[in-house]
Amino acid sequence: MSASADLALRTPSPINGDDGAPGFGIYLHWPFCAAKCPYCDFNSHVRHAPPDQARFAAAFARELATMREATGPREVTSVFIGGGTPSLMAVETVAAVLEAADRQYGLPDGIEITMEANPQSAEADRFAGYRATGVNRLSLGVQSLIDTDLRFLGRLHDVTEARAAIELARTIFPRLSFDLIYARPGQTLEGWTTELNAAIDLAADHLSLYQLTIEDGTAFKRLHDARKFRLPEDGLAADLYALTQEITTTRGLPAYEVSNHAMPGAESRHNLTYWRYGEYVGVGPGAHGRFRFENGRRVTMAERHPERWLEQVERVGHGTAEIEQLTEYEQADEMLLMGLRLTEGLDLACYEAIAGRDLAPERLTLLIDEGFVEPLGNSRIRATRAGMVVLDAVVADLAA
Amino acid sequence: MTETPLSHIRNFSIVAHIDHGKSTLADRLIQSTGSLEEREMKDQVLDSMDIERERGITIKANTVRLEYTAKDGEHYVLNLIDTPGHVDFAYEVSRSLAACEGSLLVVDASQGVEAQTLANVYQAIDNDHELVTVLNKIDLPAAEPDRIKEQIEEVIGIDASDAIPISAKSGMGIPDVLEAIVHRLPAPKQGDPNAPLKAMLVDSWYDAYLGVIVLVRIIDGRLKKGQTIRMMGTGAKYPVERVGVLTPKMVLTGELGPGEIGVITASIKEVADTRVGDTITEDKKPTAEMLPGFKPAQPVVFCGLFPVDAADFEDLRAAVGRLRLNDASFSYEMETSAALGFGFRCGFLGLLHLEIIQERLSREFDLELIATAPSVVYQLSMTDGSEIELHNPADMPDVVKIDHIKEPWIRASIMTPDDYLGPILTLCQERRGIQQDLSYVGSRAMVVYDLPLNEVVFDFYDRLKSISKGYASFDYQLSDYRQGDLVKMSVLVNEEPVDALSMLVHRSQAERRGRGMCEKLKELIPRHLFKIPIQAAIGGKVIARETLSAMRKDVTAKCYGGDATRKRKLLEKQKEGKKKMRQFGRVEIPQEAFIQALKMDS
Ligand SMILES: Nc1nc2c(ncn2[C@@H]2O[C@H](COP(=O)(O)OP(=O)(O)O)[C@@H](O)[C@H]2O)c(=O)[nH]1
Ligand code: SF4
Ligand SMILES: [Mg+2]
Repeated sequence: MSASADLALRTPSPINGDDGAPGFGIYLHWPFCAAKCPYCDFNSHVRHAPPDQARFAAAFARELATMREATGPREVTSVFIGGGTPSLMAVETVAAVLEAADRQYGLPDGIEITMEANPQSAEADRFAGYRATGVNRLSLGVQSLIDTDLRFLGRLHDVTEARAAIELARTIFPRLSFDLIYARPGQTLEGWTTELNAAIDLAADHLSLYQLTIEDGTAFKRLHDARKFRLPEDGLAADLYALTQEITTTRGLPAYEVSNHAMPGAESRHNLTYWRYGEYVGVGPGAHGRFRFENGRRVTMAERHPERWLEQVERVGHGTAEIEQLTEYEQADEMLLMGLRLTEGLDLACYEAIAGRDLAPERLTLLIDEGFVEPLGNSRIRATRAGMVVLDAVVADLAA
Repeated sequence: MTETPLSHIRNFSIVAHIDHGKSTLADRLIQSTGSLEEREMKDQVLDSMDIERERGITIKANTVRLEYTAKDGEHYVLNLIDTPGHVDFAYEVSRSLAACEGSLLVVDASQGVEAQTLANVYQAIDNDHELVTVLNKIDLPAAEPDRIKEQIEEVIGIDASDAIPISAKSGMGIPDVLEAIVHRLPAPKQGDPNAPLKAMLVDSWYDAYLGVIVLVRIIDGRLKKGQTIRMMGTGAKYPVERVGVLTPKMVLTGELGPGEIGVITASIKEVADTRVGDTITEDKKPTAEMLPGFKPAQPVVFCGLFPVDAADFEDLRAAVGRLRLNDASFSYEMETSAALGFGFRCGFLGLLHLEIIQERLSREFDLELIATAPSVVYQLSMTDGSEIELHNPADMPDVVKIDHIKEPWIRASIMTPDDYLGPILTLCQERRGIQQDLSYVGSRAMVVYDLPLNEVVFDFYDRLKSISKGYASFDYQLSDYRQGDLVKMSVLVNEEPVDALSMLVHRSQAERRGRGMCEKLKELIPRHLFKIPIQAAIGGKVIARETLSAMRKDVTAKCYGGDATRKRKLLEKQKEGKKKMRQFGRVEIPQEAFIQALKMDS
């Protein structure tokens, strides 16, 4: 593949331009997977009998209507169908859900509509069908380009299938992203250099590169506690992170968030809404929403169990299990911890407007002096590269 | 009860090394004389505090009166005074012994003579006691009564030919012990019932219902209900409310005569108002002279006690006040520390006493505490000729104003199987010890060392225990104050001194102690965004240094819309945690780090 062809292929297609506003997104959660991955703590469930998709689609539609009542009419900037494994949804189900969203909110033309998918061939067969329903961005759960590591991660696909799925998706969707999990047991700087470069060669416009994290309640947690495997120690993990920044920057996919990389213009509009502390409604089992409500910000958290969620929606019109009305301080904390994840940083004026106070000016000055945070002018600050890799500590310092 | 003629009274105590069976034997004696109903017998009746019962040590002396009809058909009253078995309470032991005429020397027939056996038996001999030697635990297969008899004769230098073999556990030999008490121990010396009252204050304790109870031994005269008594050491006067004996329940008798041991109550508010060893007399008709040997309790070891949660300070104040009510040898005054906030500087008779008080504060008052490193009392001779007693290294005056410093020394005896002798000698040498004596009894060695107490309060016990696998026994007494090259070692974290960690050390030990502290802190302080130097220094000179390297990675990989709540809650928890940390410039040190760093072991 020639360099120019490579570039041409990867020039982001013009789905709606990012105007820098926080935005308003719709998140739809499909909670089923073919098998549970050992590292995964998402709300995902394995069912032996296939779920009744039509019934779920109707419930999504019903909950969307309820959410629309709560938020009032809004200008939607993105839709995201996540999971679970949304590529287990029938094309009709996706179509029905997107139609329902359009019915409630009126989806503007050309907005980003992302769907997550796994690279198994059976699912890839439906890619064209999904595209026809309006999905214009696919996010593939590739995770690794090494077969033994895919097996360690409990994935059901192999590298050949992953490459095929990427090739296919690239011809179908205007935008393509895929995920990789790195800082795996035994991984070296050399190994990751090769693998990451190979991934970039596959010409997606967006990559999510996550360091492997051991989450509570997962199979990996038990195995790790039992010392069946070891993660790279912090020094190596930090080096792997730095290497990732270096390679992706050189190859034209710089980080725009801690773990997310894109060609300029191909950032995920939907995910930017989370980090810019915009609004979103969450629909489906276990989905969270956050939107303006009665002079404040409301958090909705849905029942996680799919069938219980379904029954509740059918009974009362929504699956919300918990509602929280956030205080100013809580909103400020969330804005801080989300915003500093972004390369574009956080607007201090917005922070102050919500928090009703300055962001710890003395600590901020110290962090700037120490090189963990930098001012960007026009009232913005952001974490430096040194700050990004220890961001949780930086945020804890600023929030204290 | 008071009609018992003196010839039929025996006042005795039991001396033994810890765990040789003193409490078990006392139980058997109480049981076999029927002083308590069977159902009232809990194991080790005399060890009444929880901590004592748990650790099997007797902290507070207690007493019991036994009624015994001997084989000759005569009726006797036996007063058993249980002595605290630990060196910290040596003075209390000496007063308890002074109230008796004889002792049972209990030696474990499988273990033989240990360090406390020696220390206690010499005290009994100093008090002119007759001794009845009892070889306990002969039910054990490892018991070697003949060899131990020889050892007793050789090491202690007393005749052990008529030692009584017993098993306090099974009750075997107990009748022989009772007969020996009656026939081999002397009756109290004839006092004068008509002379002015002269009684010794043997012990006192606080009872929730009766108030302060005082254990007394009458020398001359009679002590009666309604009398006004005077404590000759303190000058305080009290009307006597109750007079009785302990069986071990309190039984009122109305009066006590010469030779008798009993208890009184006299609306005394605090145990602190009573001084062990003091002479009690009648206010109207006082005795001419006090009993010899009285001295007020002197704290030997000091440490700061601070609440983990600053909000508990008032509770701590109330708790130390309550403890002091029942323990005159414990002292306290308020202290403030930049690192630890408000607390108390407390004085103790020794390390065990310190540990007991600390445990009682946490157990009985439910207080979480941080204790600073124990420190001894230093005598500072200043260049202007004045003398200062230093209880707290933080109060150390400017060195240029100090002419010299003296520190307390102890004489320690250590008994050990000779396999461990080498490392024990090395330990004593390391701790600036000066060997005084080394002798062998079979395969056991006994060494006597002079040691600075400062080196012992640090981690000597723990080291001794670990290098001898628990087989060495240790006992000490304070000997004198000696001049030493002592310096104040400060600990600096990120260039800031941490007051709670400063200590006085001998110059020759400073580097070792400094290095130990820096290494420990390096483990205990969490990584920060920047690297943190941890230093130990004398004056301006750094003698040990560690560097805690900066945090390398701390970032959540995935954080989307559904994660915001969880991340915020985590952040709130972190903020809460930070509130509990102590701030030293940019460095936050968790309380837990102080607690661990100040622990003596490790
Ligand atoms: N086998 C055996 N064990 C005993 C005997 N006397 C006491 N013990 C045990 O030795 C331990 C220490 O006894 P204790 O009376 O508390 O000793 P103290 O520290 O001298 O008061 C306890 O576990 C007792 O049960 C005995 O005659 N035979
Ligand atoms: S496919 Fe995705 S959501 Fe499903 S178990 Fe695996 S990681 Fe979790
Ligand atoms: Mg005991």
